[in-house]
Amino acid sequence: MAPKLEVEDLNAWFGTKQVLKNINIKIEENAVTAIIGPSGCGKTTFLRCLNRMHEINPDARVSGKVLFNGLNIYGNGVDPVMIRKKIGMVFQKPNPFPMMSIYDNVVAGLKLNGVRDKKSLDAVVRRSLELVNLWDEVKDDLNKSGASLSGGQQQRLCIARALAVEPEVLLMDEPCSALDPISTAKIEVLIRKLAKTYTIVIVTHNMQQAARVSDYTAFFYLGELIEYGPTKQIFENPKHELTEKYITGKFG
Amino acid sequence: MRKPNYYKLRLIKDRVMFLLVYLSLALALIPLFSILYEVVQRGIPAINLDFFIKPTPTVGEKGGGVANAIQGTLITIGLASVIGIPVGLMSGIFLSEYSEHKLSTIIRFFNDVLSGVPSIIIGVFAYALIVRSIGFSVIAAAFALSIIMIPIVTRTVEEALKLIPMNIREAAIALGVPRWKTVVAIVLRGARKAVVTGILLSIARIAGESAPVLVTMGFWRWWFAGLDRPAANLALNIFIFAMSPFENWIVLAWGSALILILLVLGINIAVRIFIRGRY
Amino acid sequence: MKVKYKNKHTVFPYLKWLIIGDNIFKIISALFASTILLLLGLMVYELIKGSWLSIQTFGLDFILGTKWDPAISKVFGALPLILGTAVTSAIALLIGVPISLGVGLALSEYIPKRYGFVISFLVELLAAVPSVIYGLWGMFVLIPFLRDYIYSHIRALFGFIPIFSGPIYGGGVLTAGIVLAIMIIPTVSAVMRDLFMIVPNSQREAIIALGATKLETVKTVVSYTRSGVIGAIILGLGRAIGETMAVTMVIGNRFQVWPSSLFDAWYTMSAIIANELLEATYDLYVSALMNVALALLFITLVINILSRLIVWRTLRLVRGIAKE
Repeated sequence: MAPKLEVEDLNAWFGTKQVLKNINIKIEENAVTAIIGPSGCGKTTFLRCLNRMHEINPDARVSGKVLFNGLNIYGNGVDPVMIRKKIGMVFQKPNPFPMMSIYDNVVAGLKLNGVRDKKSLDAVVRRSLELVNLWDEVKDDLNKSGASLSGGQQQRLCIARALAVEPEVLLMDEPCSALDPISTAKIEVLIRKLAKTYTIVIVTHNMQQAARVSDYTAFFYLGELIEYGPTKQIFENPKHELTEKYITGKFG
Repeated sequence: MRKPNYYKLRLIKDRVMFLLVYLSLALALIPLFSILYEVVQRGIPAINLDFFIKPTPTVGEKGGGVANAIQGTLITIGLASVIGIPVGLMSGIFLSEYSEHKLSTIIRFFNDVLSGVPSIIIGVFAYALIVRSIGFSVIAAAFALSIIMIPIVTRTVEEALKLIPMNIREAAIALGVPRWKTVVAIVLRGARKAVVTGILLSIARIAGESAPVLVTMGFWRWWFAGLDRPAANLALNIFIFAMSPFENWIVLAWGSALILILLVLGINIAVRIFIRGRY
Repeated sequence: MKVKYKNKHTVFPYLKWLIIGDNIFKIISALFASTILLLLGLMVYELIKGSWLSIQTFGLDFILGTKWDPAISKVFGALPLILGTAVTSAIALLIGVPISLGVGLALSEYIPKRYGFVISFLVELLAAVPSVIYGLWGMFVLIPFLRDYIYSHIRALFGFIPIFSGPIYGGGVLTAGIVLAIMIIPTVSAVMRDLFMIVPNSQREAIIALGATKLETVKTVVSYTRSGVIGAIILGLGRAIGETMAVTMVIGNRFQVWPSSLFDAWYTMSAIIANELLEATYDLYVSALMNVALALLFITLVINILSRLIVWRTLRLVRGIAKE
């Protein structure tokens, strides 16, 4: 099977500072790929390059190719808005829209696309919230503000919101870093469940989390991809000295 | 589920919005450039030596100047500042240093409310309180202008003092310096640039006020004759001259406008450069 | 190096003095600050006192009366002035609010930060231009322009609608509304900009990641602060209602119940005070003008208190959410 995302010679800058250098990587379909590395290594920037979120910063610049189902998302005439619909994103801190209800949060993306039919929206809300194991907790409070939920619930709401637009890839930027251990465990279970139907790329600073949830792991250091392979191999038998040092906690 | 052309429609709306935003910006800024251009263009012919050394000409008289108006404006602003600056400064200190005090919240709120009271009303207030007892006078006008000044100074002083970090205050208090000395010697000194800025901006504001001056002094054609008498005023002169049918006065109106705009915008620009210099 | 207290007796008097000094300072500054309340209170009192004769003579008829005759019958009714103020302010909002929203969005969402500073500064300069200079410019630049290039075309196209028919003087209701719009734009757009700027970026990113266009992102930002935006609009209304000199110079100053069209002359509450207070020759006349001032003060106080409360509340609310 062809990879879902193929990154070729990707470079990224903030102003004159280069934050990613010649990244080449193939991300497999229906699997969880973890991006690890010490802070400041370009993990988050890399993730944001995969759905063209990097460029919303006015100083930001990108070169290279990212092939999504074989199509270069940085090609001429490709609309970033379309790309972001197919490649969804979950952020470090839960960011539900506080002025919207839980229901409206989930369907925010669909409403942008002009879906107004109440029945299909209801169905999407139920399906998305069930998918993230939130339905039973909030089904009676769908009209409450998204900000009224706990941190872990908010993050699952944000995942449901991203899933409602039916993306093929889900990018997660340290989705558990602001959460308590129990909420983290719930999200990790969820990630494994979603991996059956979605391609997931997750940035994490927590190596244990990478080991727990991912099928593949990529190790970044100072803007370069140092090593990439099946998680088992990266953790048990890293080929590169830097990777080994990082995995074994000798730096960072 | 999705209508086929919906995305195209979204993109068109997006482009239209983009154009509308920049169109609004242009519409908002055109008057600024037009005012600057016209005031310079029409004001320059009025400027000559007489303009700065002669008083208001009588109707039908040629030439003349606005020297008396410049004199009167300076005196009136000066007196207003003498009243307004201390009150504004002390109020600002109170709001910033005793912000936990219940009175602070109330005063802060009503300070904002006072700054929103139309200047003509403040003029009528001064008319009722002062003009009706001692007559049209510099004192009445300065009183009105100082009420316009107070909320501006209070606000900027409060904001300036709040920018001084708490740990600097604590350091001074921990050394055994009394709080009031801390405020005067350390906090106020640290914030002096911003405080001066606020005072200058409030002076620029009252220099341009004409409505309260109109109802507290009226039009005065002569030189300053005492604080209990009216004095000429640049901003008010523009109104009186512009509404008159006399060509010479209209020329003087544009000349006065040029002086006034140079003063007001000059202070504003200088202050911005001054503040930016801090960083 | 030798920092030590000689004995308790010198420490305690010093502490006592320190506390007294602080209290004196606190009381003095509180007294100064209280003058703000005193001034507002005194203002309300003086205007009520000054209006008392008029209130006693006319009662409610002052607000509902349509006759202003200082010369012969000495009857004063302010309804036409109230209408004039209301209509010109409404026109100002109708024109000024969409433009202010555009400027506010341009400054916070569209223009890159490095140019934004310059544009923000220009908008602030617009707020610093004195009212009387707007009036001068309005009389000699804007009026001829509107009369020759705009109004004649509007009348040619829409003349069949009564509000766009009738003679064109240049000055008048619509012109006053336009000048007021220009004058409120800097205030309203600056408040809107500040509101939009405090919306956390995570909110923008959340909607962008769902595939939102710029417009849709901007809509989210505006909806986030919508009550504050309403507060900003009301703030602009307060400015427009109280504005005096520029309006006096362009509205034509004609006392009539209702103008024949938008091109016709009219009058406002503030303009009549500016024009007639100095010429009022007897107590009832002065009192009637004070009564107009009192009504104007009342309206602007209500509007100001309302808008400040709304803007304050929104800023606190949004900041609170942003902190979490």
